[in-house]
Amino acid sequence: MSQLSTTPKPRRNVELALLLLALAVGIGANMLVGVDQEKAFDSDFWFQSGLLAVAALVFHGVLRFRAKYADPVILPLVVALNGVGLAMIHRLDPPGDDTGNNQLRWTLIAMAVAIAVIWFLKDHRILRRFTFISLAASALLLVLPLIPGISAGEILGARVWIRLGPMTFQPGEVAKITLAIFFAGYLSSNRDLILLAGRKIGPLQFPRFKDMGPMITAWLVSIGVLIFQRDLGSSVLFFGLFIVMIYVATSRISWVVIGLALILGGGFAASRVFSHVELRIDGWLNAFTEEVYGRAPGGSHQIVQGLFGMANGGLVGTGLGQGRPDLVPFANSDMIIASLGEELGLIGLFAIVLMYLLLFTRGFRAALGTRDAFGKLLACGLSFAVALQCFVVIGGVTRLIPLTGLTTPFLAAGGSSLLANWIIVGLLLMISHTARGPVDTTPLPAAKGAESTGIDTPTEAVKHL
Amino acid sequence: MNQAIRHSWVAAIAMFALIFGAISYVQVVGAEELENNPWNQRAILQDYCNDRGAIVVAGTPVAESVESGSETCAFQRTYPQPELYAGITGYFSQNYGATGLEQAMREQLAGNADQLFLDRVGQLFLGNQPKGASVELTIDPEIQRLAYDLIPDGQRGSIVVTNPRTGAILAMVSKPSYNPNLVATQNPSEESANINELVKVPGINLNPNVSGPTGELLAPGSVFKLVDIAAALASGKYNKDSELPNPAEMPFPGIQYKLPNYAGGNCYTRDTADFAFALQQSCNTPFASIALDLGRDAIAEQAKKFGFAEDMGDQLKLGYARGNGFPDDLDEPGLAQSAIGQRDVRATPLQVAMMTAAIANDGVQMRPNLIKTLRSPDLRVIDEPQPEQLRTSTTPEIANQITQWMTSAVSEGIANRAAVPGVDVAGKTGTAELGNGANNSWFTGFAPANNPQVGVTIVMEGVDINTGAQLTSPNAKRIFEAVLNK
Repeated sequence: MSQLSTTPKPRRNVELALLLLALAVGIGANMLVGVDQEKAFDSDFWFQSGLLAVAALVFHGVLRFRAKYADPVILPLVVALNGVGLAMIHRLDPPGDDTGNNQLRWTLIAMAVAIAVIWFLKDHRILRRFTFISLAASALLLVLPLIPGISAGEILGARVWIRLGPMTFQPGEVAKITLAIFFAGYLSSNRDLILLAGRKIGPLQFPRFKDMGPMITAWLVSIGVLIFQRDLGSSVLFFGLFIVMIYVATSRISWVVIGLALILGGGFAASRVFSHVELRIDGWLNAFTEEVYGRAPGGSHQIVQGLFGMANGGLVGTGLGQGRPDLVPFANSDMIIASLGEELGLIGLFAIVLMYLLLFTRGFRAALGTRDAFGKLLACGLSFAVALQCFVVIGGVTRLIPLTGLTTPFLAAGGSSLLANWIIVGLLLMISHTARGPVDTTPLPAAKGAESTGIDTPTEAVKHL
Repeated sequence: MNQAIRHSWVAAIAMFALIFGAISYVQVVGAEELENNPWNQRAILQDYCNDRGAIVVAGTPVAESVESGSETCAFQRTYPQPELYAGITGYFSQNYGATGLEQAMREQLAGNADQLFLDRVGQLFLGNQPKGASVELTIDPEIQRLAYDLIPDGQRGSIVVTNPRTGAILAMVSKPSYNPNLVATQNPSEESANINELVKVPGINLNPNVSGPTGELLAPGSVFKLVDIAAALASGKYNKDSELPNPAEMPFPGIQYKLPNYAGGNCYTRDTADFAFALQQSCNTPFASIALDLGRDAIAEQAKKFGFAEDMGDQLKLGYARGNGFPDDLDEPGLAQSAIGQRDVRATPLQVAMMTAAIANDGVQMRPNLIKTLRSPDLRVIDEPQPEQLRTSTTPEIANQITQWMTSAVSEGIANRAAVPGVDVAGKTGTAELGNGANNSWFTGFAPANNPQVGVTIVMEGVDINTGAQLTSPNAKRIFEAVLNK
């Protein structure tokens, strides 16, 4: 890498231009949906489009004030994804159904929360003080859906929802963030200890057993989620998040080996013991056999219909509003990728996946750029979590891997997922702000957690966009 | 640490590379297979309410779209002679997919086929509703009706009438049949209730994979002996004058079982038989000894050449019923039994008809064809399938030799009830024993023997010997007469 040093540039005007483009994509898609359903330009349409545009521009304004060096590509990418998701959900709404408006409402709430995070938190390093509070919060969030009275019970075979008045909420989505904060805090404080002690076996240096505590914790959390909540997707996501963070903290491939061994062992045992895992795998391998296709719960009807939809879309898609994504169960949530694949085609779906790719790449960029180990770990963990979640969902829909019930970030209908992912965006923007901004040598205000371990020596110059 | 972050990024990129690959596979590479999956209703739903083209027999539609009067679904598919043509047209259902020609010619009937591209563009500019092409069949309606009526109600059976020279199918019927209108109704609950009733009838299979009852796999019995003869003559070990052993029973070393000769004819009168006698009387042991002499592979190879278990190239795509051909791993009794069309040998009525057609046509098998013309909505002819050679089954000399012996089987042998006065008829009967006195009774043959114009294959399932004899050869005679007197 070259040791180029450039003056930090905010690039907020670039962001504004990209943001307008992103809004054009989302609102344009919604317009096409309207044209197809012959209700194009009524006041509702303008009101909703206006709300989305105002919210996006307010977000942009907040960044100008509070995080002016933040990565200029992240916000437009997310607004575009969210807009396309809104259009597709709106398109799939049967008459009288209001999932589209509900999704818009949640988008606005989620953006407001993300703005609040940026506004009040000011610096992501403050989160490090909440390392163990985050662990407690994660535990609470994961246990909530199991507590009678709060739990919304078993929905579609999984117990991951809680009831908040008239709404349901998936606390596991938020737990993904609190877990990342805990891992980042714990690992950035203890990485020296974990790094130095250990036994070398062949080319791999294995950690001491007592240093494996956090890994065992993560494994227990994942297996617990799998067993008690019956949520295979979240279980994989949490564990993947942890493996990446401990790998980044230690640079030891041995952790990855242990982690993968644990997850494969746990997964294999689970598939033997728990019928829901076995059914998922059976529905994946034997999707096209009559018996599995017709099985009432846990059959492959959903995934096979999704594949039919995507095949129908082909290279260029049927066009928004022209296909039959409504034939696929959960077309606007779990299977929204299949709906988009059908109507936007391979080209449109590639564009969407590329947006995710750019999004997590910018997140990794922030991880590389920021100077504190905590920030690096957090940005890397969250970015990888987004990538892994996309992989699990899209891989499931395309029958690359077994289908699990994870949501597609920013696209799928569902408030909790939107909220959690927008908070992740807020955190990534904040970290990228410190990564791209001028080197900040002033200690944190009332810096209880800014001991020497907190700041990593810069290993190389930071490249700016 | 930064190195590890880069590695994590590479891992994420690798996952995304897999995603790109998976999407490409589903939407492009494997898309056609998914679109043709019988569970995929999308293509059908797209055309379901459109004005699809008619399937026409001699100017009369046997499947057509008529205005339904409904606002949400403007056209209703109807079948004016439902039972008579169900095995050919199939049905077109919103929930159960399409079968028969409705499925095989779906693109053309909907107007989506390549040949209709210009019409499609025109419709686009004029803003007209899409209209499909119409398909005119090679079926002769009188022969179709006659053949259908020759199978008594309540009897399971099939009749295939072809032109051996061209491969054109003149009639193709089977019973029990069903009314495709019941399945094509626009009312989904009515539709599923009707289907639940229909599938209770034994012999009716509405599975979208199964198009046309003439695709059913049945034990061919003695008609399979034609394969043995062709294999024997082709091997060079036998000629037309060869004497074959003809014991009343064929023993096998070490086991009790003995393969008996056919009891119905005059087999018992001779200890050895030439081909002519063995075929006339349909003796079993001579053919079993040929098979044991030539070995399994020679018989299997000849069966393949006659199209058994091969792609038949027909428009109904009866490939699902290709079966396994001549079985593998046979012991001696197994080989002997298989050689006379028993045991695990299976063939469809259409396959047997094609074997006979190849013998009639100097050893060349023509592609079976149901489509006479394909016409655009303005009645322009856009396609007219020409006779097409499918494969060479045997040499002209062997074909003509077998024809001679088949002719004597009708003139002097046990197929004599198929004889038509003044015309040389070539024919072969078959009786495959199913146990408990029930048989599949077959006739396959063609006429005139020296200038074949019509091939007839009849099978009646689960009949006793006498009923079988009455329903096969005499019915073949009536069809020969009806076609030749036209």
